[in-house]
Amino acid sequence: MSKELQQENRGSLNSGSGEQCGIRMNGDQELIPVQLPFAEGLTKGLRVGQRLLLNGVIYGARDAAHQRLIEALEKGEDLPVDLRGQVIYYVGPTPPRPGRPCGAAGPTTSSRMDRYTPQLLEYGVRALIGKGRRSLEVIDAIKKHGAVYLAATGGAGALIGRCIKEMQVVAYPDLGPEAIYRITVENLPVTVAIDSRGENLYETGPAQYRRI
Amino acid sequence: MQEISASLIAENVARLCQEANFDLPSDVRDALQDAADSEESTHGKRILGEICENACIAQQERIPLCQDTGMVLVFVEIGQDVHVTGGSLTEAINAGVAKGYQEGYLRKSVVADPIRRKNTGDNTPAVIYYDIVPGDHLRITVMPKGFGSENCTALGMLKPADGLDGVKRFILDAVDKAGPNPCPPVTVGVGIGGTADKALLLAKRALLRDVKSANQDPDIAAMEKELLEAINKLGYGPGGLGGRITALAVHIETYPTHIAGLPVAVCLNCHAARHKTWEWRGEKVE
Repeated sequence: MSKELQQENRGSLNSGSGEQCGIRMNGDQELIPVQLPFAEGLTKGLRVGQRLLLNGVIYGARDAAHQRLIEALEKGEDLPVDLRGQVIYYVGPTPPRPGRPCGAAGPTTSSRMDRYTPQLLEYGVRALIGKGRRSLEVIDAIKKHGAVYLAATGGAGALIGRCIKEMQVVAYPDLGPEAIYRITVENLPVTVAIDSRGENLYETGPAQYRRI
Repeated sequence: MQEISASLIAENVARLCQEANFDLPSDVRDALQDAADSEESTHGKRILGEICENACIAQQERIPLCQDTGMVLVFVEIGQDVHVTGGSLTEAINAGVAKGYQEGYLRKSVVADPIRRKNTGDNTPAVIYYDIVPGDHLRITVMPKGFGSENCTALGMLKPADGLDGVKRFILDAVDKAGPNPCPPVTVGVGIGGTADKALLLAKRALLRDVKSANQDPDIAAMEKELLEAINKLGYGPGGLGGRITALAVHIETYPTHIAGLPVAVCLNCHAARHKTWEWRGEKVE
């Protein structure tokens, strides 16, 4: 990500939408708008701690969907959705109220997907969105494939739901909240937590404040 | 003796399920706001701002605070002079959970069997604890428990020789191991004593206490304070991206135990520390 691009694209996050609640969501952190899917090679230029605003399509998948995707890959079958170059979001949204695209849709704990993630990165998934730590195997695979792990704010499901403009089940509907969703997002705020050099904000962030 | 119909219980459980998922208790909101004011880290401060804004949106728009609307824990305190009419109390509670999760557009996260894992489709069954007490009132607390934090639960069957220092170390280690995963800032519920299962239940119930409350025993209260300070030196901070405020509170509950044992249980709640209570007193019903 060039310095120029960062300067040019100081975003104002969710302008309008959160105002009635009277708290600025963004604080003082700079936001870099990104159009999805990530342009070839772009994930390699991202650096830990950067704040991104994602726009475009991401795919929601969690535990049970991952298990099925890996079973398909291991059998040499085509996946029900082409996820090469795409972003996977670890999410199981609540059902939307009538007339709304989405309910609450925050990230779930990523480490439960650790055992599946290296194979999905090998297959061609470019970025992962979730919350919490990743295993050493996942970090190695992120480095190897020039991918990126992005953190969304855990427990902010109602707030994040506002960034979702469209959501539809595209595979495994029998899994209910664990189906694969195609999700169109507008200005979804995320933080680069593990970059393609293997730098890890979940290690370096807390280390700065540890006094014990 | 007072009579209460099963259907009135079901209706109120349905309401509690929704309100618990939309309305963060005011003590928790205040604690999060205080944390947002005092947190030093940039990511931490920003995340606390998001969490406060999230609570505001959830309340105003009746959208769940978190997409993990939990498995429902129900704590029932029922007077021994209360008679439930028109059906089973347990069935009424589960009917209320099903109705609340359907009508509130809450996520159905319960699978019928832990091995085969087919979703029950209505978020039942709940996990229900009954206490029979003197009197003719009924008190029901609903606690939707998310599994990001539930999966961080720790149980230690310590030796009496491990003593107070061992207990403190075990609690601190449990929070350290959980790190960013339970969505900090967390509430730390601790149960010490009893049997293994009793310690876990004490720890879980401790999560229902008011954030600012202290144990009535001054020694235990001092231990709560000391542990909170130690936990907030671990550095995880809001969202686990680094910061001062990893926990909002440490609540410890104790129970007599066996001469050979020192059980310690740690249950964590995420920052969306959800619970809602309804109290019924017959004719004096609110």
